[in-house]
Order: sequence, then C-alpha cells, then structure tokens
Amino acid sequence: MKLNERSVAHYATCDSPADHTGFLRKRVERHHHHGTSYQRRWFVLKGNLLFYFEERESREPVGLVVLEGCTVELCEAAEEFAFAIRFDDAGARAYVLVADGQAAMEAWVKALSRASFDYMRLVVRELEKQLEEACKSLAACRKSPRRSSSSGRKRHLSNPALQPLQEKPTTLENGYSTWSSGGCIAGGATCPDHDEGQTKPPPLPPRRRSAASSATGSPAPGLSPAMLESPVPPETICFSKLHNWYGQEIAVLRREWQERQKRGHP
Amino acid sequence: MRYNERELLSLARQPAEKAAEIRMSVPKKGSVLKKRLVKLVVNFLFYFRTDEAEPIGALLLEHCKITKEEENVFSISFIEEPERKYCFECATEEQCQEWVEALRRASYEFLRRSLIFYRNEIQKMTGKDPLEQYGISEEARFQLGAQGQ
Repeated sequence: MKLNERSVAHYATCDSPADHTGFLRKRVERHHHHGTSYQRRWFVLKGNLLFYFEERESREPVGLVVLEGCTVELCEAAEEFAFAIRFDDAGARAYVLVADGQAAMEAWVKALSRASFDYMRLVVRELEKQLEEACKSLAACRKSPRRSSSSGRKRHLSNPALQPLQEKPTTLENGYSTWSSGGCIAGGATCPDHDEGQTKPPPLPPRRRSAASSATGSPAPGLSPAMLESPVPPETICFSKLHNWYGQEIAVLRREWQERQKRGHP
Repeated sequence: MRYNERELLSLARQPAEKAAEIRMSVPKKGSVLKKRLVKLVVNFLFYFRTDEAEPIGALLLEHCKITKEEENVFSISFIEEPERKYCFECATEEQCQEWVEALRRASYEFLRRSLIFYRNEIQKMTGKDPLEQYGISEEARFQLGAQGQ
C-alpha cells in the first residue's frame, strides 16, 4: 500500500508542536535472533503518530508507528522502565520501548495512551456539549427586561413561538420566569439584570451567542443545529461564518430597537 | 521510512467517517481520473480499487490543503509540495462540498485547535477548566499557546 511518505516525513520534522519527545530504547525485533537488543532512538509524538529518528538531529524519521487501535502498557521485560505498545490485532508485533527512568516512562505511557484520534475526538465532542450547555445557562439568564408599554421582549434561549411580550409579562411559555424577582430558573448562574422601568438601549448581545430568537421570526430551532454550527473552531472559512452569524444578530437587534423607537417612544 | 503497515491496513477496514466512489487522479505524469472507493478514517484518506479489499494507497491528512477546483472537483495537496495535487471528481457539486468540508476538519491538528478553542471558551464562560476532569489540563499540547502550524 502506498503512503504519502514524503509528506508524512515532512510533517514529522516540521515545526508544528510535538506532543512529546525524548530518547527511548526500542527493542529490536528479529526473527531467529537469540537474545534481545535495543536501539536508542529519538522519538517524536505528534497527534496519533509516533515517529522515531536515528539521531535527534536527523532530518528524516527512520520509522513511524500509527497509534490507532492500540493499548499502551507497562511490560515485564527484563529491562526496567519498559512499556509496550500493543495492537488489537493479535498477530501484530508489539513495540517494546524502554525509558530512562520512572518519570520518563510514566510520561510516555500517559502521552501515548491518549494519543489516538478517537480519544481526541471524544474529548472535543464532550467539550462541544459542555459549551453548548454553558451557553444555554448563560443565555437563559441574560434578560433584557423592558417595562415600556410597547413590546418589551426578552431575549433568551429561544422558543420559536415566543412572541414579543405585552403589558405585563409573567412567565413565558417555555417556562423561564423572567421578570419576577425570582431571577432565572435555568442554569443556576446568577441573573443580575433587573431593569426597573426605563426604556433602555438594546442590550449588548451575549458574548457567546446561542440560537437567535427574534420577533421577526428568524428560525430559531433551539440550540442544536445552530449550536453545532457554531461556535466553530478557528479556521478561515468558519471565522467568516462566525462573523456573519454575530452580524445577523446585531442586525436583527438593531432593527427591532429602531422599530420600537418608531412605535411610540416620546 | 518504516511504518506499521499492518495496522494501517487494519485501520482502513474500520468504519469510515465518509466513503464514496469518486473518480480520482494522483499527481503523476499522465495520470488519469479513475474510479476509486475513497474512505476517510480518522486523519487518513484511503483509496481502493472498487472491487478490492485492500487499499491501493493512503494519504495522511496533516498539513494538507483542500482546494475546491472547478465544478464537482476538489484537490488535496501538501504544504511542502503544493503543485502535486490529488484530484477528485465527484458526482455532484453537493457531494464535492461535503467532502471538502469533511476533509478540512479531518486532521488531528484541526481537532487540537478545536479542543483548545472550546476549552478556552468554556473557561471564559464558567471560570472552570473543563479538562481538569480528564487530568490532562497540564499537557503542553492543549495549552492556548500551543497552536503552531
């Protein structure tokens, strides 16, 4: 099977940050060989790829171990500070590596056991979810209470059916109490906003935007699709997406505020 | 460069994030588009002859550039050799866009940046470091500064 080896080797040696580096002794696997020997190599872990070089200054790796579908365990070799990378595929050879000392061995085992793409992806998905939930709580607590006679509208985690509030808002349909002194129900974060009555300029949008809710009826299907879209990680195409997304909300807010102004504020 | 080909072949048999029959050409003189089964698994793109179980080749998708070319077509090239392009002609423009999106997000480096981003955002919002529960908050690769390219 071909592999884009030149590019892979370039990735190994370029200045992108390595996750772990160090000298290890690598057991030499030889058929029909009596006794075991080890070769000292310079190891570089980048993501799910473990490269090894003959020397630290070598310009090209001599080998690569792709770290998917493997486990890392301490091993009972004759050598002290030995550990092994074993693959699920039973017939596959294990890589036996020996560190310089206890601390080095532990650091390597830790780094290697978390190196797989799958592990990384799991963590990212988990954080994505956590951020979603953090936004939910935060948005639910960001109230824009207005006591003016025209529609005061509370912006919070959207219920698409939410209409601009009329004279005396009590509890909104989706169950979030807003104007009562009880503060917000969701999240558990504190809700400091208590507008006592004056018309105020539109509030600043929350730092982290959840789904848009607006009287103009822009689609706000709760969190999921919008939230999965954003926040988007830093990447050129997505930054402009993010930028547009924030921009849309500001445009909506501005429009609403202007309408409210027109509608009968002295 | 030696590598654990056996494990890579095993990886090629894993469930794919994305797989499709796409016409593909490699950056070799005189190369023509040929129908291949193209399979994205973690940060590798495997390509097979449509009737074979073992891939012809694998592309590690790190430090690569995914370019939308003309209609239905995208290409993959690598940072150090931008002129050498692997070209892919999809059945529809929609399929093409989907692959471009998926491949741009396929690298480990992308995942790492995402993690750092989410971690930072959560920390800003909640004041807590979400990585602490995993015991990996100190790892160098997850620090905000560690976003090299």
